[in-house]
Amino acid sequence: MMRGRVAYAGAIHEAYPDANGVRLADGRVRREDEVVWLAPIEVGTIFALGLNYAEHAKELQFNKQEEPLVFLKGPGTVIGHRGVTRRPADVTFMHYECELAVVIGQTAKNVKRDNAMQHVAGYMIANDYAIRDYLENYYRPNLRVKNRDGGTVLGPWFVDAADIEDVTQLELRTFVNGTRQQHGNTRDLVTDIPALIEYLSSFMTLAPGDVILTGTPEGIVNVNAGDEVVCEIDGLGRLVNTIACDADFNRA
Amino acid sequence: MFALADHLLHPEGETLPRDVDARAAAALLARGTACRAPVRGAVYGTLLNDRAALAALGDAVHAAPYKAPPQAPVLYLKPRNTLAGHRARIVVPDDALGVEVGASLGIVVGRTATRVGVAQAFDYIAGYTLVADLSVPHASVYRPSVRFRARDGFCVVGPAVVASHHVATPDNLAIRVQLGSRDAFTASTASSVRNVAQLLADVTDFMTLSAGDVITLGVPHGSPVAHIGDTATLSIGAMPPLTVSFVGPAEHEGEQP
Repeated sequence: MMRGRVAYAGAIHEAYPDANGVRLADGRVRREDEVVWLAPIEVGTIFALGLNYAEHAKELQFNKQEEPLVFLKGPGTVIGHRGVTRRPADVTFMHYECELAVVIGQTAKNVKRDNAMQHVAGYMIANDYAIRDYLENYYRPNLRVKNRDGGTVLGPWFVDAADIEDVTQLELRTFVNGTRQQHGNTRDLVTDIPALIEYLSSFMTLAPGDVILTGTPEGIVNVNAGDEVVCEIDGLGRLVNTIACDADFNRA
Repeated sequence: MFALADHLLHPEGETLPRDVDARAAAALLARGTACRAPVRGAVYGTLLNDRAALAALGDAVHAAPYKAPPQAPVLYLKPRNTLAGHRARIVVPDDALGVEVGASLGIVVGRTATRVGVAQAFDYIAGYTLVADLSVPHASVYRPSVRFRARDGFCVVGPAVVASHHVATPDNLAIRVQLGSRDAFTASTASSVRNVAQLLADVTDFMTLSAGDVITLGVPHGSPVAHIGDTATLSIGAMPPLTVSFVGPAEHEGEQP
């Protein structure tokens, strides 16, 4: 089952795909652009993986790491489908990252690889923006690069794990203004989902609603204000985001 | 909704937190009451905000992997599994390494803080609390050390959030950590690279802090290391002190459903 969360007519609704747009839980059907899309779930802890596709690591000139490169993100960075993300005027390289987001469904502590997948509730698409101009080599990638307001786009849907036949064979694609710039497949994850759950749960307790952004494949390019960025993952839908400029936010 | 009038604390076993005056808080704590963390928002830690910590890195900031001194605030998350309260018993994962007990001023945000100016920063602060920001000691600060900083119970907060009208000089508070029978570790919030207002201004330029969120002013350099069997008592200024005990992992091992 695919479900989203939208704001419409003064309330927040669970919503489902419909041939004519989106169907709210109360039966109303509306066009996709008549509702405001929120992240499909209220997220708990957000983990993100760096350099988790071999070709992308090569693209950034990194060698294979000794352990997964994990960092954490706060709740304020999350926005939904059809949102806008600000590109500061002073930067030269801001890029999208299309990622498979894994949502934890059961408390997980010291979980072994063989049991790991039963702790997964489902999946979402994530577009995890980064601004490389702000990279500093302290707890890199630092939060100014990776935890910006509006920098983590989630949605449009949360899809039950049972509905994805083989999560290790999903194509990921990113289009900028209609041109495909990024293309990968989850079969190329350096550390796969069961291994990530085993690793994280070996030193901390995972809880329902926690989200693991599993990393992005190669094919990152700079985006500019006005660009439309669309991330697709097989079976999970199509996540749209638009880049906005400082002036939209009343910044000089 | 987050609201704070005086001393907000959440005694273990009670459904809701209490907001009481200093005398009532002291009386409650004098009875040995254990507490939950008095906050439920996001908790952000601030790295390298003690001038002594930066000085200790010395010329290393110009060499690989750092290559340049830090410019923007360096932050990290203390996720929800790390939250614990007064009199918590925290598992030491490896007693040979121990656990560093970083005593930090926790700045508790009172209302949505986005692009806050230095001059207005205190309007956005509801109060302050103590944060025992625990970590497995690690020398390199190149990569985000989630495995060292985000273990269960590694962010002990409280006992109380103290309303800002009780804390006149947040940028000049004595910090003290008493660990076992050793000499107390002492430091001060006055040695911060960014003071409270500057930190809030620089951080909220790129990320919003919400009511009930906490950002630490940062752990003092040279914080003491606890081992199994130790009890630490942290105090900052005149706020109620925070107690944390350290235990072995044996009783907590094994896969959980």
